[in-house]
Amino acid sequence: MTPYWEHFEHDADIGIRGIAPTLAQAFEQAALAMTAVITDPDRVLAETAVSIQCSAPDPEWLLVDWINELIYAMAVRSLLFSRYQVTIDQDRLSAVAFGEAVDREKHQPAVEIKGATFTELHVYQRDDGMWLAQCIVDV
Amino acid sequence: MDIQQLIQRDETCWEIPAKGPMRVPAIIYADVPLLQAMDDKVYQQITNVAALPGIIQAAYAMPDAHWGYGFPIGGVAAFDPEEGGVISAGGVGFDISCGVRTLHTGLTFADLHGHQQHLADELFRTVPAGVGSKGKLHLNHNDMLGMLHGGAKWALDQGFGEIQDLERTEERGCMAGADPHYVSTRARERQKDEMGTLGSGNHYLEVQRVAEIFDPAVARTFGLKVDAIVISIHCGSRGLGHQIGTEFLKDMALAAAQYRIALPDRELACAPLDSPLGKQYLGAMRAGINCALANRQIITHLTRQAVAAVFPGARLDLLYDVSHNTCKLERHTIAGRKQDVYIHRKGATRAFGPGHPELPLIYRDSGQPVLIGGSMGTSSYVLCGTQAAEQRSFSSACHGAGRAMSRHQATKQWQGRDVMTDLAAQGIIIRSPSLRGVAEEAPLAYKDVSAVVDVAHQAGLAKKVARLEPVICIKG
Repeated sequence: MTPYWEHFEHDADIGIRGIAPTLAQAFEQAALAMTAVITDPDRVLAETAVSIQCSAPDPEWLLVDWINELIYAMAVRSLLFSRYQVTIDQDRLSAVAFGEAVDREKHQPAVEIKGATFTELHVYQRDDGMWLAQCIVDV
Repeated sequence: MDIQQLIQRDETCWEIPAKGPMRVPAIIYADVPLLQAMDDKVYQQITNVAALPGIIQAAYAMPDAHWGYGFPIGGVAAFDPEEGGVISAGGVGFDISCGVRTLHTGLTFADLHGHQQHLADELFRTVPAGVGSKGKLHLNHNDMLGMLHGGAKWALDQGFGEIQDLERTEERGCMAGADPHYVSTRARERQKDEMGTLGSGNHYLEVQRVAEIFDPAVARTFGLKVDAIVISIHCGSRGLGHQIGTEFLKDMALAAAQYRIALPDRELACAPLDSPLGKQYLGAMRAGINCALANRQIITHLTRQAVAAVFPGARLDLLYDVSHNTCKLERHTIAGRKQDVYIHRKGATRAFGPGHPELPLIYRDSGQPVLIGGSMGTSSYVLCGTQAAEQRSFSSACHGAGRAMSRHQATKQWQGRDVMTDLAAQGIIIRSPSLRGVAEEAPLAYKDVSAVVDVAHQAGLAKKVARLEPVICIKG
């Protein structure tokens, strides 16, 4: 089955969800869903690479840390990301995020993300074998 | 929300009696239509708050309460440090000290005639707004320390503003007890180029016309007259506050077991006020408050520059500056006894009544100006604090409308360009770097702020003074 991402509803903010055959791919898709909160990922060139590492006591904490690492990297480097390569080994995640500098004309960024939250935070393997990784992001 | 599960105490006051793990009752201020529209999550979240250690009297939900993170947005709770009370990063939120300040301009609606577009352009050019916008200021290590300690007072020392701005800002513009030592390198890094920026989402700078006066005497004290033009700024502590919130939320959630706090929801992450982690957060959060106060002060300076370019000689005096995401140590009368307690206000505005010693002399008799922001295209309100609110809500009132519709639904329903055209037909000029951002913030995506304000007034949380209508909105 092909990995994919989607948004889900929240009153004030927005939910991001990645679904994929592996946990690492589900994290990549969740990150794409996060980019899509800000802009259309297809408008963002994958020309700059940023490497990211984090570790956490369980996969749900790891998802929150992963998304927060990306939010931080975007904020301090003024970047948007459109492609992610994630590997997860036990409680450690290492990744490369590819993107380009924010261009307000081209990307029309709608909103800045403040942080990933624990609300509606779930990471698990579904009965059909697919991994799901989701949480609400505060905008 | 199902009204059957609440006990009605009066027209606008509803109680959830303490049961199960709740240590105190929960009180919701709302009328029937607002309650019916309120998310069930508010019930769950406010009862969870009522179960936190050291909570006093009751957990309160304001008329604009909606689903938040741990605390409902529109949640108010007081904690006693002597009774194992806690401080919660979730109870303050990711945008520490987000708030509203309103400036007089001395101009009337008639003065604006023929100058609206020019003023909109000047404001949009001068005040950085939207994703990825950077301020002109770059803070080095020492500047950052000074800002985190000094708040708006620091900004003033850097040449941004006038001395009289400070007395019309909560805490006189400088939150005492800030400890920048506990503000991480990352939080500082995220902020060093963001001073004097509005941010995005529901943050804005709005030129408004005073459309209606409800209380002429207080309006006179506040300097508000029908057709006067004011400018309101809604924003917070930017990346620094978000990063402090992110880091302490995690630290507190992980440390809860160590403090033997059973968290019904990880987002309620908290630590005892007298614990090292609680004190560290308090120090960092207070530095975050100073960041927000400095930020709004710098934006005030930029606003004055922009207005001067169109109306040379216009004086922009500050009406007041309120914060609506904070935890503050305050003295309140509880069961007839004065007590120092830590009040969390998450999406709730402090609303001190007449005679409160913290108020500047000019507002000592009227009560504090309570500034309630609308959404793009809808009314905003100025209220004043009441003495009754001391007993009813630890002197707290609502903060705004709250969304009626998700961002996703809003973008499906409206195009940014159409929203701008519709508003232009109503005489409201929008400037924004993002059309999608405008669609997500469409006026109809928000609840009716007037209904919220009417209930706050009726419940005695604050009294209506004036209604403001937007003329120009700079949207982040």
